[in-house]
Amino acid sequence: MTVIPDEPTTQEVAAHRVGDAIFRRTALVASLLVIVFLAGVGIFLLIKGLPAIGADPENFQDHANVFSLVGALLFGTVLAAVVAMAIVTPLAIGLGLVISHYAPRRLAKPVGFLVDLLAAVPSVVFGLWGIFVLAPYLKPVHVWLVDYLGWIPLFDGPASATARTLFTAAIVLALMALPIVTAIMREIFAQTPRAHEEAALALGATRWEMIRMAVLPYARSGMVAALLLGLGRALGETMAVAMVLSATGVIVSWDIVSSENSNTIAAFIAQGYKEASPIKVSILIFAGLALFLLTFVVNFLGRWIASRGVVKG
Amino acid sequence: MSLALGTVPDPDTEADQAVDKEADMAKSIDVSDVNIYYGDFLAVEGVNMTIKARSVTAFIGPSGCGKSTFLRSLNRMHEVIPGARVEGKIVVDGQDLYEPGVDPVTVRRQIGMVFQRPNPFPTMSIYENVLAGMRLNAKKMSKSDADGIVERSLRGANLWNEVKDRLDKPGAGLSGGQQQRLCIARAIAVQPDVLLMDEPCSALDPISTSAIEDLIHELKTEFTIVIVTHNMQQAARVSDETGFFNLKATGEPGHLVEFNPTSKMFANPDDPATEAYISGRFG
Repeated sequence: MTVIPDEPTTQEVAAHRVGDAIFRRTALVASLLVIVFLAGVGIFLLIKGLPAIGADPENFQDHANVFSLVGALLFGTVLAAVVAMAIVTPLAIGLGLVISHYAPRRLAKPVGFLVDLLAAVPSVVFGLWGIFVLAPYLKPVHVWLVDYLGWIPLFDGPASATARTLFTAAIVLALMALPIVTAIMREIFAQTPRAHEEAALALGATRWEMIRMAVLPYARSGMVAALLLGLGRALGETMAVAMVLSATGVIVSWDIVSSENSNTIAAFIAQGYKEASPIKVSILIFAGLALFLLTFVVNFLGRWIASRGVVKG
Repeated sequence: MSLALGTVPDPDTEADQAVDKEADMAKSIDVSDVNIYYGDFLAVEGVNMTIKARSVTAFIGPSGCGKSTFLRSLNRMHEVIPGARVEGKIVVDGQDLYEPGVDPVTVRRQIGMVFQRPNPFPTMSIYENVLAGMRLNAKKMSKSDADGIVERSLRGANLWNEVKDRLDKPGAGLSGGQQQRLCIARAIAVQPDVLLMDEPCSALDPISTSAIEDLIHELKTEFTIVIVTHNMQQAARVSDETGFFNLKATGEPGHLVEFNPTSKMFANPDDPATEAYISGRFG
C-alpha cells in the first residue's frame, strides 16, 4: 500500500486560521490608523486655521488678507523647491548612471552607499553647514551671477552681502533631496532589461548611445516620479531653510540672490511660532494647511506617474 | 506616418544595386586559436574555423557547450559581460577584430546580431526601430532616404506587407515572430557584412520559425550568416556548413569537435561524437 502524505489535522488548520485572523486584523488596524491620522491632521489644520481668514489685517505683514500672505509664501516655497530640483536633476541623473552603468562594480557600491548616507545627515546640521560653510563660499558666486546673468529675473540683484539667500537655501535643499532622487533613479536605470541594452550595443551603439536608446526611454516615467518625490521633500523641508534664509518680511520676489527674499511656508512657521498670539498661530496653521495640500498633491502626482508609466517589454 | 511611395526607388533597380554591392558586402571570417573566458573560467578552448562568405554556417551542440559564447565573440558582444575576454585571432576582411586599437563599436556596426528573444525597442515605433542603427551611423538622413531604407529592410525581412499600414505603431505590439523579423530588419538596415543569429527561433511557434528559415535562405545571397540552433533539423534545413561544439566533460571548457559541410555532417560525420549527438544518443 502506498503511503499517503500526512493530511494536516483539524487542529493545525484551526491554529493556522487563528494566525491568519490575527495578522489580518493587525494589518487592518494599522492601515486604518494611517487614514485616521491623516484625516486628523487635515481636520486639525482646518479647524485651527480657518479663523485666520477673518483676522485683523494688521496681522498680515502688509498683505490685504490671509490668502495674499499665504499665496506669497506658496510662491516662495515653490520657487525654492523648483530651483533646488533644477540643481538636483542633472546631478541625480548623472550619479544614477555612474552608479548603475559607468562605474566598475567595486566603485559603484561605495559611491551609492555614500549618497545614501547623505540622507542620514540631520537637517539642523545641513542648516549650520549652509550658514557657516556654504554661504561664505557662495558670496562671490552671488556677485558673479548678478554681474553676468543679471538679465535673468532670478539674478536681478543687488547681491546679498551675507549670501543667506533663497539661492543658498535652494542649494542646501538640493543636497538634502539628492539621496532619495538618486536612489530611485539608479534603481530604475539598473532595471533596464538586458535585452534592450544588448540590442543597442549590437547595433554599434557606444555606451552613451546605448543609454539614450535603451536606458533613458525605459526609465523616463520613473525619473519624473523620482523628481516629484524629491520635490515633495524639498517643499516641506523646514530647518535648513529657516536657518539659512534671512527673510525679513513676506514678499513675492523672483530674485533669489538679493537680501530681499521670498520666504517659504515651512521656514515662516518655524521662525514665527514662538512669539505668536492665538490669531497669529491661526495664520501659521493656515499656511501649514496650504503646504499640506501642496505636498499631498505633488506626492500623489509622483506616485501616479510612477504607477502609470511602467514600460512593458 | 505614410510612406510617399513615389519617392521609393523601383524595387527592380534596388535589387540590381544589391547585386552590385554583394561583391563588397558579405565577408568571410577566419578564426584561429580562440579561447574565450569569463573572468578566470575558460569557457571555450582552441577554436579554429573558416566561415565562408554568402553562406549559412550553423553551430550545434548541447547546452552550455559555448556555441552562443563563441557566436557573441564574433562581434565582440562577449566582452560586455564584466570580466569576459577573448584570446586568439578572428579575422574579417584582413582585419583582426581583437587587435589592440580596434573599436568594438565599429566591429558591431559591421557584424549585426539577432538575439534569442525578440528585443525591439519598446518605446519606438516599427519605423523608428528599423532606423535605430542608421540613426547611430548617419547623422542626417532625408525623409525619403529614411523611407527607402525602412521599406527595403522590412521587405528584406519579409515583414513589409504585414506592417506597411502601421509603421508608426509600437514594435512591441507585433506578434513574437513579427517582432523577430523586425529585429532582423533592424539588423540588416545598416547593411552589415555578417549577420549573427543566436537561436533566433527558439521563442517562436513553428509557423514563425518556418518564416524565419525561409528568410535566412533569402538573406544568404547578400550576407554571411552564422546561426546558433538547438534544433538539428533546422541546422540541416538552413545551413551550408555546420560546426558541432561539445564539452570534453562537465566543468571542462567547450570546444569545436567537427566543422564540415552540413550534408556530410548529417550523413557521414568524421567524429563518432558528432554522430552520437546527431542521432540523438546524447545531448
